[in-house]
Amino acid sequence: MEPQALWAFGHLVVDGLVVYRKRDVCGLRTHNQLWFVWANRDGMAGHDHAIMSRVAEALVVRFENVGLRYGLGPEVLRDLSFRIEAGSFQFLTGPSGAGKTSLLRLLFLSLKPTRGLVTIFGHDVMSLDPDSLSVLRRRIGIVFQDFRLLDHMTTYENVALPFRVMGKDEDSYRGEVAELLHWVGLGERMDALPPVLSGGEKQRAAIARAVIARPQLLLADEPTGNVDPSLAQRLLRLFAELNRSGTTIVIATHDIALMDEYDARRLVLHEGRLHVYD
Amino acid sequence: MSDMRIGLARPGEPRMSDPRLGNMLIETGDAEMPRIGLLPKRVTSIVPRHSIAGRALIAVIAIMTFLASLTAGSVMMVRSAATQWQSAVAREVTIQIRPAADRDVEADVAAAQTIARGFRGVSEARAYSTQESAALLEPWLGLGLALEDLPVPRVITVQLESDGAVDLDQLRQALAKAVPVATLDDHRAWIDRMRTMAQTVVAGGLAVLILVLAATMLSVVFATQGAMAVNRPIVEVLYLVGAKHAFIASQFQRHFLALGLRGGLIGGLAAALVFALAAAAGWLGRDTLGGEQFAALFGSFRLGIEGYLAVLAQIVLIAIVTAITSRRTVNRTLASVS
Repeated sequence: MEPQALWAFGHLVVDGLVVYRKRDVCGLRTHNQLWFVWANRDGMAGHDHAIMSRVAEALVVRFENVGLRYGLGPEVLRDLSFRIEAGSFQFLTGPSGAGKTSLLRLLFLSLKPTRGLVTIFGHDVMSLDPDSLSVLRRRIGIVFQDFRLLDHMTTYENVALPFRVMGKDEDSYRGEVAELLHWVGLGERMDALPPVLSGGEKQRAAIARAVIARPQLLLADEPTGNVDPSLAQRLLRLFAELNRSGTTIVIATHDIALMDEYDARRLVLHEGRLHVYD
Repeated sequence: MSDMRIGLARPGEPRMSDPRLGNMLIETGDAEMPRIGLLPKRVTSIVPRHSIAGRALIAVIAIMTFLASLTAGSVMMVRSAATQWQSAVAREVTIQIRPAADRDVEADVAAAQTIARGFRGVSEARAYSTQESAALLEPWLGLGLALEDLPVPRVITVQLESDGAVDLDQLRQALAKAVPVATLDDHRAWIDRMRTMAQTVVAGGLAVLILVLAATMLSVVFATQGAMAVNRPIVEVLYLVGAKHAFIASQFQRHFLALGLRGGLIGGLAAALVFALAAAAGWLGRDTLGGEQFAALFGSFRLGIEGYLAVLAQIVLIAIVTAITSRRTVNRTLASVS
């Protein structure tokens, strides 16, 4: 084992101990990825562990000459080459039909590119089987404009769904889920069903579900589309706070006002090509 | 690693070190500590248990299983009744003795009866007396007819042993030698005709059964696909949070297998109940005239153990078809989502 890897590993262990003892209750710190590995390495099957292991990766996403077409139609995305670094914050924007949703689907591993190389967390997407893709998807959180909550389950159960799907025991995550719900302001609405929640509450529940498993990458497709402007501001501050604790954020939005609120990198899609404005 | 949970703030301590966060929380209306004791204990299943589509599916499966079981049971009963008829009729042959002017009828009857009785494979030979012969002709000739003047043939019914090892040709030859005016009627024409009729009925019943089973499978497949269409958003959300394909498929498969079994059991039990009631009714009414005719026509109306096993096999088959259809639909949905 090369010295660098050994140092990283030692750093991991020490850091994990320090972080666990010192961290405050809102919990998410810069090194949380490393802490999370240490905290969660038990209970995962060997192969899944390989996908989940998070030895420090500077690049979260790397696209090289990626092209995407649906069937035999024209190319929706052409020659996309860009990088997303760990801990960065960017907006993804462009006119309607420019391909924002397609790009998000590529980022979310729900589509495979027709050509080019897509590397997520250092893994080449084309080389993975569907089960590995599912496990990799657990490191990515996604928030939709239409919330996509399950209407027959309570808010608590919706937010706990990622853990349930991983097969974790309910006793092990009950406290975490409750605390996160309080953090986003849904503590009183834990047992409510989504149909009785307001739009803002549903969006916060969706965000909670996206971040409960401490993903390294958080994608948001028009998260403020269905909420009022003041709540949109608060959601943006929530995303900013998540970014400060180390999560990489990509927000796809039309809302120029929202983008002006926060000085961040902009990825603009136009006619299938991407332009980066830092 | 349950001790690796987030440390909870103790009561009284400020939860948030960052004032901006505190403001945000107050704005969003919450500053309380989590109350662990009041957290929900019972977990909702991922696939909604009670849905209208699910109930409709159970109803469809119950009705089709009921029909299929009735058809299968009826076919089996007709077949067993026909077999019983055939064996009952085949076990009896008749010796007819025509009175001839120059012969003594009674002596002929006695001689034929003796030969028949002594023959190997014959269990019983009974001669009809003159009065009984007259009674046989009563439906056609009416009462009060003096039959001594009419050359009424005398009948001897011969019961064969059930193993059927009797050589009728030899019996015929022996009779012909002793009593030339005797004829042996083994009802072959009737038996053949009845066998053909019974086989036709059974074939028709099997054809109906196959059609009903095919209709059952098709309706189960369509109803399951319909119920799954309602669940598409759930499949999408599960895909979103990183569930493996096998996990998603097994969730739905389990749910639909339970639905299929429930519907099948309802239908199968209803059919079994119908058969049991009919058997009970037949048994209770066996002394009445209608009951006797019914029993003569349909046998004992009892569904044997094979009948109940066939019903059970159908229930299991339908449940399996439901589960497989749901799994295939899930896989198709996942293929379209990803």
